[in-house]
Amino acid sequence: MRRRTLLYGAMAAPLLAACSGQSDDGKQSGGRTTLSYGVWDVAQVPGLQKVIDAFEKENPGISVRMELTPWSSYWTTLKTAMRGGTAPDVFWMNAVNLQLYASSGVLEPLSGHIKSDATPLDRHPESLAKIYAYQGTQYGIPKDFDTIGLWYNKALFDKAGIKYPDTTWTWDDVRDAAAELTNPRERVHGMAAEMDRQGQLYPAIHGAGGYVLKDGKSGFGDERSIEGLRYWTDMIDRGWSPPQSAMVESKARNRFWSEKAAMVYEISAFSGQYYAVPAIKDHAGVTVLPKGRERATIIHGLANVISAKSRKKAAAWEFVHFMAGRKAAEIQASAGVTISSYEGTQDAWFKSMPEFDLKRFVDMLEYAVPYPSSKNTAVWENLQYPLLGSAFSGKGGIESAARTLGEQMDRALKEERA
Amino acid sequence: MMSVFPSTAAAKKASRGSPSAAAAPKSRGQRAAYLFIAPLGIGFAVFYFWPLLQTFYYSFTEFGAFGGHTWIGTDNYVRVLKDVTVWQALGNTLIYCVIGLLALPLAIFVAALLNRRGLRGVSVYRALYFIPFVTLPVAVGLVWNWLYNGDYGLINEVLEWFGADRRYWVSDPSTAVYAIGTVMVWSTTGYYLIIFMAGIKGIPQDYYEAAELDGAGPLRRFFTITLPLLSPTIFFASIICMINSLQTFDLIYIMMAEKNPAIGDTQSVVSLFYKWAFVENAQGAAAALAFLLMLIIAALTLVQFRLQKRWVHYA
Repeated sequence: MRRRTLLYGAMAAPLLAACSGQSDDGKQSGGRTTLSYGVWDVAQVPGLQKVIDAFEKENPGISVRMELTPWSSYWTTLKTAMRGGTAPDVFWMNAVNLQLYASSGVLEPLSGHIKSDATPLDRHPESLAKIYAYQGTQYGIPKDFDTIGLWYNKALFDKAGIKYPDTTWTWDDVRDAAAELTNPRERVHGMAAEMDRQGQLYPAIHGAGGYVLKDGKSGFGDERSIEGLRYWTDMIDRGWSPPQSAMVESKARNRFWSEKAAMVYEISAFSGQYYAVPAIKDHAGVTVLPKGRERATIIHGLANVISAKSRKKAAAWEFVHFMAGRKAAEIQASAGVTISSYEGTQDAWFKSMPEFDLKRFVDMLEYAVPYPSSKNTAVWENLQYPLLGSAFSGKGGIESAARTLGEQMDRALKEERA
Repeated sequence: MMSVFPSTAAAKKASRGSPSAAAAPKSRGQRAAYLFIAPLGIGFAVFYFWPLLQTFYYSFTEFGAFGGHTWIGTDNYVRVLKDVTVWQALGNTLIYCVIGLLALPLAIFVAALLNRRGLRGVSVYRALYFIPFVTLPVAVGLVWNWLYNGDYGLINEVLEWFGADRRYWVSDPSTAVYAIGTVMVWSTTGYYLIIFMAGIKGIPQDYYEAAELDGAGPLRRFFTITLPLLSPTIFFASIICMINSLQTFDLIYIMMAEKNPAIGDTQSVVSLFYKWAFVENAQGAAAALAFLLMLIIAALTLVQFRLQKRWVHYA
């Protein structure tokens, strides 16, 4: 008999532990509600902690705990956590995933809250806020935005005796400079043409006058889009950029940081990391993207959203509301995290890294193209690297690869509408 | 990555060696026996059999991204069979399987060397060979990626001394699949080595002594005594090895970055399954793919069992 109770006890123990674990999460330890905040960028953590500290000071009843998941596993982890009911209360959302999450009903609609609390959504760029609305309902509030700029190494430019890139540069100037700057003996390349959709592929496609996605159709088969892709593969074929196979092992930005690449296209959100590299901090420059057939860059920004399954929605809203305001934006900008999307707070970000001409990232706003997305963006985006890979490795054939990609992407788009 | 099963030969011996248990009175003894195997049985039912049935059911459905599913009949299977990437992944998986089997002759060779009478420090060698197998695949993948690195990797460094060109081993489509296969062999040889060493230990010394008296050299002894008498162990090991190679995933996941141009040339069926199920929200099609893989494994194992009569000798 005793043995049996012992057995039952042993069997029940894990169940009890599981229950208490859960209720502990929901309960307010010490009269405080603890919110979990899901993020993926480790570079933003120190700055965000300052924002959180300010929020906690204003709301003594709520504390926020950041949950960092690396980008490579952020979305798979989040999806699994959503199903298992352990997703963070508030988390980062991007353009790629918004439609999928909103249409599945796992995000808390925010329109009502925004209205009743007079949240300053209208102080954020409208094109950006629109990304986070689905069928007329707002699901997320932008916290920042980023564009792509051209970084260059002044020391390498001086050595080659070339004028620094400026706002008048065109693709031809870049090509000329890349040829001059390439020095095979020292393994220095003029450009690092990494196969990255946001940093390289999309800006070049739009710069050539092509498009990625328009009216539910793929633009990869378009002649001008192909011309944009060829801008990169040409540089690889001519040896001005390492092939993609090399950049798998040392990324473009790492090559730039170790002064093995003289130029690179980079997302503004990484400026802080460039600033943190002592080797290049004093002689790295940044300017607007060079002009192809047209002027273009890609704009994207992150938003804070609330999980529909959160049991602490009131507190979660308080936090998201705070994050949407001027104060949070200013702290974020002055901590050098990234460009805050709140109107007029960008100055603090520029000043946080005075050596870099960060204003150029904002100068590009007038011709910035929103990051393309559809309901199941990940499916057609996953086709890109496997199909374009060999062309970006110097094996040629970008035209047919891009056309195949266009056809397959159209099929994927058709499937998501069905 | 690997599951450790007792050798089939050993299991057979065990069941043969206990006829008295079957003859014993039923009731108490039997009930106790069932009780003892119950935890394993329940575990098997909950963690293997039930998911298997579920996967089979889900392979006929379409999934919502966050739960919920609708019946769509055999559409998923049609999609799987029509998809070019599936066939490519299947081809890669077979390459992994063939490369993975190379671990067996290697392990037999080393096991035969280590079983020489009077050899000292055998346990040190055994540990050295076994360590790669118990090292986490993540660590294995990361370290080998450094070794393979095209810019500062040790392998390229060594090759350069001999005047060879630097290569990007894991991102060049022509070498990537073999680079990963090599790591697979490196990390599994130790496991089979232990099995083969035990197998060789089980061969009576008398045979060797008799052969030596008849003037058989070491090579002759190896091919006429060791190899035939080891065949049941080889049979067991080859089945385990084949199944494990067909399920290759972790090394690919760790060693192949998303932007790797060789990704299509190295993707295995299981890594494709992962991509469909967890990245692209195609759980139904992924379930169909998993089920297809199970059928392939079952078929290949059946073929191996059929061929068994031709070369396996139970002493």
